[in-house]
Amino acid sequence: MEKHAKQRVVSPEYMFFEAPRTRHFITGSEAASEAVRRANLDIAIAYPITPQSETMQRVGDLFGEGFLKDYYRAEDEIGAFSAISGASRTGVRCLTASSGPGLMRGLEVIASWPGHRLPLVFLIMCRVINAPLSIQPDNLELAYMLNTGSVLFHAENQQDFFDYTLASFIISEKCEVTLPVSVAVDGFFVTHARGWVEMPSAELKLPGRDCYNEAVPMIDNENPPIRIARDAPIQKSNFISYQMHAAWQQEIHAAQERSRRWITRYMGGLLEITNPDAETIIIASGSAVSQSREALRQAQDMGHQVGLIKIKSLRPFPVQELRQACQHAKRIIVPEFNCVGWLNREVRATLYGHTEAEIADGPRVYGGITMPTEMILEWLLDAEKGGQ
Amino acid sequence: MALRTLNVAPGFMRFMPKEYQDLVEKGPFGRQIKVTDLGTFKEVLEEHPMCEGCAMAFFIRLSLAALPNPEHTVMVGTAGCGRLAISQAAIPFVYGNYCDTNGVATGLKRGLQIRFPGQHKDVVVMAGDGGLSDIGFSQVMHSWFRKEKFTTIMLDNEVYGNTGGQESGMTRKGEVVKMAPLGKQFEKIDMLGLAQTSGVAYIARLTPTNPSRVFSTIRKAVLIAREVGPTYVQAYTSCNIEYSIAPEKVLDDARQVEKERYGFVEIMSDEAKAYLERIDAESKA
Ligand SMILES: Cc1ncc(C[n+]2csc(CCOP(=O)(O)OP(=O)(O)O)c2C)c(N)n1
Ligand code: SF4
Repeated sequence: MEKHAKQRVVSPEYMFFEAPRTRHFITGSEAASEAVRRANLDIAIAYPITPQSETMQRVGDLFGEGFLKDYYRAEDEIGAFSAISGASRTGVRCLTASSGPGLMRGLEVIASWPGHRLPLVFLIMCRVINAPLSIQPDNLELAYMLNTGSVLFHAENQQDFFDYTLASFIISEKCEVTLPVSVAVDGFFVTHARGWVEMPSAELKLPGRDCYNEAVPMIDNENPPIRIARDAPIQKSNFISYQMHAAWQQEIHAAQERSRRWITRYMGGLLEITNPDAETIIIASGSAVSQSREALRQAQDMGHQVGLIKIKSLRPFPVQELRQACQHAKRIIVPEFNCVGWLNREVRATLYGHTEAEIADGPRVYGGITMPTEMILEWLLDAEKGGQ
Repeated sequence: MALRTLNVAPGFMRFMPKEYQDLVEKGPFGRQIKVTDLGTFKEVLEEHPMCEGCAMAFFIRLSLAALPNPEHTVMVGTAGCGRLAISQAAIPFVYGNYCDTNGVATGLKRGLQIRFPGQHKDVVVMAGDGGLSDIGFSQVMHSWFRKEKFTTIMLDNEVYGNTGGQESGMTRKGEVVKMAPLGKQFEKIDMLGLAQTSGVAYIARLTPTNPSRVFSTIRKAVLIAREVGPTYVQAYTSCNIEYSIAPEKVLDDARQVEKERYGFVEIMSDEAKAYLERIDAESKA
């Protein structure tokens, strides 16, 4: 019997928490495709771009082995993202992915997915946005993703990439969510490097998409009422039209809010705190968390008490949790892998009026280099001295 | 909608709006409508906000009535005048972004194929010349290269009607329209030639002057797309506003354009021909 035919459907709870796991030393691309193997995915549509390609090539191999029902290489990102939106409307489980310039090319489509209430998973392997041309890791594109209406997670390492991807299919398709879920990782640092990943058996898979249990009807001609334009154009210049569009936008953000419950249940919360009592705190997401962890260890060796807050979910943003966690903070630094400091802005907007802490405007690296732990340490010690 | 989903629970029908009751009792669902039936049944499209006398609205009405299985058809449109009417029809309609019709249709067709392998679900793209030959060109071509099994219908009014009359790739050379102040500098795009080169199984070009021809063309295009491959219909649907044609002269204009340059063109692959013969023989048997 083919391997895919032997897979047994198990509940998300069993898959995420109970199934015995074994450890594997694999790349982020391998981790993501191993998540897909267990995701009971119907269709994936891909367009090559480094550092995304490796994952989606592997997903293509899974299609070849029978784990997916359909897969193809699209003409470009607009084509891929449009087609996946068509597939999602019919009620099948959907996946696509991209990186930096590809994401920017498809941004109009990405920003329309939530309005169409399309459950799907979008993997983002972060890469510099051109120009000048570069394929290096830098997560500037996430600044654009923040306001698209999509749920957005930022995975720190290979293990997160596996876990978040698998959980995303389930969260995306929850009735009260019915939204795309995007899972970002920093390119190369995670996608092309190996790390330890604990995974349940490949003989298990999630339950398939239950499309009649979602917020909007499927475009399949099988559900009444018939006179339905699910994607009705609302273009008249009158108050009914303004009201409808406004209400719809509010609903997308409300749906995002409603995903909190499932993120908490399946991913253990929107953030994760190390040393909650420290007065000097590092707030980070993605692979900046790994660098910060090491800087924290070094700072502790030097006798400094430092806390670390790992932001797992960028949308919805852990507003209350962060305010709570920073109540007694005196100094905060926000290491990032991009030049605009989008996480810094989020942190400032969230904590404004809720903390006495000094929030440093950095540290940041960009263009693709990794952040030396010495740099984080320097900013930490500077912050402790009260200067910047 | 599969036929059974049209019917509401027993006892509830009398509470449904008259529109709905008529669609169930006198609609086109579950039977093949002929052009001579027009006026005797409840059509899927009746009211719409398109301009008075618009040829495009007339063509859309005929095309929707001609669909072989409206109860299993999904329409895909985009920005442009046509969707103002298509979105009013009693057929599920998808409207995404300007340019995305043939990508969306690809995903719809493949998704429906996964979920309903034993049931033909027809996907029909209907969009303007700008939507298909300019901004959506790449997706149209690639859906043809990939041999996606759905129908693409171009509502060719030779201009960007919905945004107020700008030049499109399908505008004729020399025509002075907005954004072509010196007249269009290049020829109308040869979409028929491109369709042929791409191996489209059924290609047709027509005007709405002859309703029974519109019926048979649409029917063939939708049926062939089920089994053989992509199909393409290009219809001259004048914009009476931008080309200053009086509403009562719209069909005269169509007849003249048909005679002088548009004609009726039909190009079919051997496989498509054989398929049509087979299903016609089966339906007679
Ligand atoms: C991405 C994007 N670019 C531009 C537009 C503006 N736009 C809306 S309709 C339209 C022209 C429609 O022309 P055509 O496709 O020929 O259809 P017609 O209105 O003539 O039927 C344009 C340019 C848009 N909605 N989206
Ligand atoms: S602008 Fe032209 S194509 Fe559009 S509805 Fe009016 S007449 Fe028809």
